[in-house]
Amino acid sequence: MVKMSGAQALIEALKRQKVDVIFGISGGAILSIHDLLYEQDVGMRHILVRHEQCAAHAADGYARASGRPGVCMATSGPGATNLVTGIANAYLDSSPVVSFTGQVNTFSSTSSYMIGRDAFQEADIMGITTPITKYNCQVKKASDIPRTVKLAFHIATTGRPGPTLVDLPKNVQAEIDEMRFSDNLEVRGYKPKTEPHPIQVRKAVKLLFEAKRPIVLAGGGVIISNASPELLELAELLMMPVATTLMGKGCIPENHPLSLGDAGMHGTSAANKLILEADVLLAVGTRFSDRTTGTLCEFCPDAKIIHVDIDAAEIGKNVKVDIPIVADAKETLRLIQQLLVAQAKQSNDSPWFNRVKELKEQVKSEIDPEGNNLKPPLLLKELRKILPENAILTTEVGQNQMWAALHFETCKPRTFISSGGLGTMGFGFPAALGAKVACPGSAVVDLAGDGSFRMTEQELACSVTEKIPVTVIILNNSVLGMVAQWQRLFYGRRYSGVKLGSSPDFVKLAEAYGAQGIRVRSLEEFSRAMKNALKCEVTTVIDAPISPEENVFPMIPAGKGLNGMIEG
Amino acid sequence: MKEQNHIISTIVEHKPGVLYLIANLFRRRGFNIESISVGATEQSDLARMTITVKGDERTVEQVVKQLNKLIDVIKVAILDPDSIVTRELALIKVRALDTKVRSDIINYAEIFRARVVDVSSESLMVEITGTSDKIDAFIDLIKPFGIKEVARSGITALARGVKSVRIE
Repeated sequence: MVKMSGAQALIEALKRQKVDVIFGISGGAILSIHDLLYEQDVGMRHILVRHEQCAAHAADGYARASGRPGVCMATSGPGATNLVTGIANAYLDSSPVVSFTGQVNTFSSTSSYMIGRDAFQEADIMGITTPITKYNCQVKKASDIPRTVKLAFHIATTGRPGPTLVDLPKNVQAEIDEMRFSDNLEVRGYKPKTEPHPIQVRKAVKLLFEAKRPIVLAGGGVIISNASPELLELAELLMMPVATTLMGKGCIPENHPLSLGDAGMHGTSAANKLILEADVLLAVGTRFSDRTTGTLCEFCPDAKIIHVDIDAAEIGKNVKVDIPIVADAKETLRLIQQLLVAQAKQSNDSPWFNRVKELKEQVKSEIDPEGNNLKPPLLLKELRKILPENAILTTEVGQNQMWAALHFETCKPRTFISSGGLGTMGFGFPAALGAKVACPGSAVVDLAGDGSFRMTEQELACSVTEKIPVTVIILNNSVLGMVAQWQRLFYGRRYSGVKLGSSPDFVKLAEAYGAQGIRVRSLEEFSRAMKNALKCEVTTVIDAPISPEENVFPMIPAGKGLNGMIEG
Repeated sequence: MKEQNHIISTIVEHKPGVLYLIANLFRRRGFNIESISVGATEQSDLARMTITVKGDERTVEQVVKQLNKLIDVIKVAILDPDSIVTRELALIKVRALDTKVRSDIINYAEIFRARVVDVSSESLMVEITGTSDKIDAFIDLIKPFGIKEVARSGITALARGVKSVRIE
């Protein structure tokens, strides 16, 4: 037992969680904690973002790049509510983001600055974040802080990860009490199951062994559980092609002969066609999102489905499955592989693998190298050539994201970071900053559109001041491109609410923040600028004007099945 | 699939905010609560929530899985309708201006094993306990006299015999 304040207990508890960086903004209701961060020897870096939403996104990017929980902090009221988009984003993509918010006093004998009195900067952040956190808790007395912090990290990082939030009333931060930091944590309502049921595993093995046309649909869960090596071994053993979801991108090297790229609305035609032709679908760590499946009744109609997920609630939520396995992906894939390895190995020239090769060849020849030099697919291929394999690409949301998904060959897990579930424009740039902080040795690039980048561009100030150099590539078409594409295809070219014009000048904007800005007009110029950016010690914004008429193809229109693909 | 009522028994942490968590989950996922009753259990730090949900089997399976994900929910079980005791309590205030009406209501109450718990010059209050069907039937019967107010507790239930939903 040690006597200390609630704020001191928080810092001590964070140290015990090996937290080395906090993204946040200070404010009136969280002063006691910031006061402690002032000390040089606290061993924790506070990175001052310029809007709390970016604190949560940066923590999210940090978590996804490193596999360790990301931490963000904000004051009460608007500070806390500004975190909300970032928390919701982390929730939908199962990212372990731990948020700390200041709160007004639980009680005051001298003023009405207390919870329930509509005090200055009071917001019911518990009520607001209940549906978008895996767990949240308001600490009522200082001596609860050690356990609550431990619990918040434990819940955020185990089972299906997700964001947690701890709300810290101001008087609780100041309260001095005896603190007990225990290594034990018993949570009677939380016991995530990680071991697969052996009977289910044997059923899956039998089905896969007998399959003529097996296919894997790998989601973000494969990356979260670091199951890429196991997935690859199993796929190679059965010569079984692997399609990924957007969240799963990079879980299998995309230059591998069995990799099909992404499935779904903007998936590759090879992935979507082969899912329709498969007789067994092994879905791992995916929740069968509508963007992946298209219309459910037309989703792999002839296949038996094995679904491996650590979250029991995902099994049968969207798609009816034949063999459910509630468990960790890594352990399950390892067991399936182990049981199958003794049995016959499938050959390199099975009709199914030949079909895989045939469709993949078609995809290659579909890419048209002609025309405007700054075609996004070509730019992304060039970018891949320039970047080392361990470089991290984050994206914004919209056309930029789908071009990246289709054309940026990702070869390592955790090197493609994108807002999948919530589809948050403005995520990519702060996430890139977080990823760079987590992996300072890796080059980090945010592929942006001019619409998305403007939503969080103020973090250029953070990246320059805090010396977190990343590269932002703006595919600048002066329009909210993905919406415009839908309007072009389905709304008779009535471009309503999408025209952004030519403001601002992104080169000057970057320079105004003390970053480097450069405009490129050709693939050669882009290549040169990108290579320079990698050597530059300050963030570089590359403004790459593209045609506003560019479409992302292939695509499956909303309400259609995987067989309704438009090739462009 | 057929929609019907399912009774879910849950053991939850007995602390502020848990009812909100559960109500919010139902609202957010679009599940329908027919009734919910909350009270203490045999252990002082635990509460039991008995939730009646209308839906097909798949929906109810989702409800249970989603409830299980809540950290403050410790145990969830669908009670087997064939092996269950369910009870509801209702307080009913009926208009009763003359003695003929009063004696009729008292007679009906006796047949239903209900009790008169309050009398005024213009009304009687009846307390009745039983299955929801029984309470429905009683209310229908005395409706013609003029019902002024009804308060129903919602269903509470336990599994029969040795089966139980509890924390060891």
